Amino acid sequence: MSKQTITGWIFSILPLSLFFFFLNQIPVISSGEPYTISFMWVPSLNIVLSFHLDGLSLLFSLLVTGIGTLIIIYGSGYLKNHKNLVQFYIYTILFMVSMLGVVLSDNIFCLFVFWELTSLSSFLLIGFENEKEKARSAALQALLVTSLGGLALLAGFILLSQVGGSSELSVLTSYANSIQSDRLYLPILLLILAGAFTKSAQIPFHFWLPNAMEAPTPVSAYLHSATMVKAGVYLLARLHLSLGGTQAWFIILTIIGALTMLVGAYLALSHTEIKRVLAYSTISSLGIMVLLIGLGTYGTVKAAIVFLLAHALYKCALFMVSGAIFKQTGTLNLEQLGGLWRLMPVTMLITGTAALSLSGLGPVLSFIAKELLIESVLTIPQLGFSLTLAVIITASISVAVALLLFIRPFFRNQTFANTFAKEASFSLLFGPGLLASLGVILGLFPGTISERIIEPAIYSTLGEHYSVQLSLWHGFTPALAMSSLAFVFGVILYQKWVDFRNFTTNMGPYLRTGPTWLYDKSIESLHSLANSQTNFLQSEHLSRYLLTVIAITVLLVGFPLVFKASFYPTPVLGEIRFYEVGLTLLIISATVTAITVRSRLAAVAALGVVGYGVALVFTFFGAPDLAMTQVMIETLTVILLVLVLYHLPGFAILSSHKERLRDAILAGATGALMTIFIILGSLIQSFPSISHYYIENSVTLAHGRNIVNIILVEYRVLDTLGEITVLSLAGVGVFALLKLRLGRKEKDKP
Amino acid sequence: MISLVLRTATRYLLSLMLLFSIFLLVRGENEPGGGFDAGLIAAAAFSLYALATDVSAARSALHVDPRTLVGAGLLTAIASGAISLALNEPFLTGHWTGVYLPVVGSFEIGTPLIFDIGVYLVVWGVTLMIIFPLAEE
Repeated sequence: MSKQTITGWIFSILPLSLFFFFLNQIPVISSGEPYTISFMWVPSLNIVLSFHLDGLSLLFSLLVTGIGTLIIIYGSGYLKNHKNLVQFYIYTILFMVSMLGVVLSDNIFCLFVFWELTSLSSFLLIGFENEKEKARSAALQALLVTSLGGLALLAGFILLSQVGGSSELSVLTSYANSIQSDRLYLPILLLILAGAFTKSAQIPFHFWLPNAMEAPTPVSAYLHSATMVKAGVYLLARLHLSLGGTQAWFIILTIIGALTMLVGAYLALSHTEIKRVLAYSTISSLGIMVLLIGLGTYGTVKAAIVFLLAHALYKCALFMVSGAIFKQTGTLNLEQLGGLWRLMPVTMLITGTAALSLSGLGPVLSFIAKELLIESVLTIPQLGFSLTLAVIITASISVAVALLLFIRPFFRNQTFANTFAKEASFSLLFGPGLLASLGVILGLFPGTISERIIEPAIYSTLGEHYSVQLSLWHGFTPALAMSSLAFVFGVILYQKWVDFRNFTTNMGPYLRTGPTWLYDKSIESLHSLANSQTNFLQSEHLSRYLLTVIAITVLLVGFPLVFKASFYPTPVLGEIRFYEVGLTLLIISATVTAITVRSRLAAVAALGVVGYGVALVFTFFGAPDLAMTQVMIETLTVILLVLVLYHLPGFAILSSHKERLRDAILAGATGALMTIFIILGSLIQSFPSISHYYIENSVTLAHGRNIVNIILVEYRVLDTLGEITVLSLAGVGVFALLKLRLGRKEKDKP
Repeated sequence: MISLVLRTATRYLLSLMLLFSIFLLVRGENEPGGGFDAGLIAAAAFSLYALATDVSAARSALHVDPRTLVGAGLLTAIASGAISLALNEPFLTGHWTGVYLPVVGSFEIGTPLIFDIGVYLVVWGVTLMIIFPLAEE
């Protein structure tokens, strides 16, 4: 084994030990005792890092850690010699921890943070081959779609916590009645469903999932079939007690779930690349789970949970073997592959077992799941017939897909051009082999999980105890008859697959304006909007920027000032002293000089006079601190300006009369605004002044008598820290700009 | 065209202005002054020196790069706030202790003063960071 493969086995110790930890919790959890721990995180917002392990969380935790272990081992073989293999391990572990966070969080905001983390790690993993343009855009698409849903989810959670009065999931369940009768219930439901549906690739958000197949196969197997995409299903099951059971819930989930199930199945048959076929089949399965949770009876929830487990096992195994086939042959195209049974017999065996599970026939766990599914759907009042029909259509397509995946690559007569293909390595076959055989073992001995895992999971979803007995053989029931019917249809569909493909290819152009088209269009228009807006705002003239900023400030502040003028008290003039008049005249004449004089140096000097005049004003009115600072700033500004002037070309009038008039009006308006502002500020006191507090406590609390300085370094010290940080950054920016110019000049020299 | 008088005077002015800046810094707690003003004075002292002689002389008189001053100032300010973290109190909580030094006498020293020294260094450094390259061009 290579060093990197060994690293993979070592990395897998973490998920494996977690897996055993969760296995150990089974006896405690199945006795009905949830396991809770919590830490304060943001007490002021009532956000607690609280974790809650119950039946449903346990099932997901076992899947996440168990499959995670196998994925890391598999990835070590699949990505052998890849230069970013270690990144793969790290991202995968990051994802696993985020996913565990999602399924274990009791606080909804905590859940949301982990939820977004899964989107982020999914982004990193889909874009793993970051040199490929397609991988990057697929990663971005998945991120945009799921985080758009994430935003909706956050809004929904905020409303939910306000309406429900708590942000703990375990508490919210007991307020179900008040939540569901609130007028905000429907918005909450829609927002949260938007989050769940984008994550679980429900129609019309399903399109990101097939594109996410750009990710390396271990990622697709882990995130996009077995775990992350089920986060939405998890959330629905988790919120069933608090939000579920209403008419809106029933209608939306049933319709979207059923549509996703059918469309996913249809699209699965119309593709030729194995990974895409599997992706659409996953979408279809997610639809089934959403449908079952939406129906919300004991029977359907039981079917959903058994199916969820079975699906995770076989779909992950199928993805893994498809990766092995790709690794050995270099293609995943069902129209090119063939005759592999001789070259890859072990892979063939594993694929066969997993495909058996996919078809839901034989002694496998998914057979039990499908029987439960049909049985529970049959008993739904009113909708029973149509839903059963939809389920049977989906089941027959599953059978066809299973046959397609098993027979075409391995037994099709046409020998595949690549005869160098040989059996995949152990690390590539270990995971799928284990998962596929687990599907059979659990199918043969369903008793091992029915009470320990399925029963507690149903209890957490429905809040009532049901005794669960799973068995492989139910006798000759209507469900069995329908399964057989589905099988027959499936075989026929498989034989007509080529015709079906031709049909869907011809249909293709009519279906182009789907959600993908909408997504592309909206991204395109977003770009052009950003472009036109940037072109409009970024004129690349400093004077224009200043003009925009100042004009907008004057307008925004000026309007309310003018409109509310009647509320203002009239200012009372104090006594005017002669030196105040003199000082004012000095400042005004210096200002006039600064704007009329035809020499830069003179203008700078005149501005300096203005500044020193203001410093004098500060001195007269008892602010020596401000005066001192003003003098210093004024001095340094003059130095700076002189230094800069030295580099400027000779004085010239560049602007037209009109432009100067406009600038004069704007400058006058700004001055007037500031004057009114300052006068009003001294007249209107909306809140009691806090200067008394400052003065009274400065010596006792802050050990100083200079209030100005005490405010800077004691009372508002965090602000000062922020200010000096900004100052430093601005300094670095100026420095960089100056150095850039200097560097260029030196280069220009010979 | 460097004035001899200015150059000679600046040598003495530099140390006097620096001393004055430290005076302003220390007295800021109770009288007008403080880190900001003191930093500007210190920067003005070196700007004057740079104008009277040249920038490289001013740089070597400063001994450290202005950027180092900025970094040191920010770190000092943060460190003064972190002291209270070690005592399990909110960041930037003020702490004071009485100190007795021979000659100087007894006085109080506290984290806000250390913070002010940070402000002093940042203002001093940032100003010179901008003025020096401009004067060099």
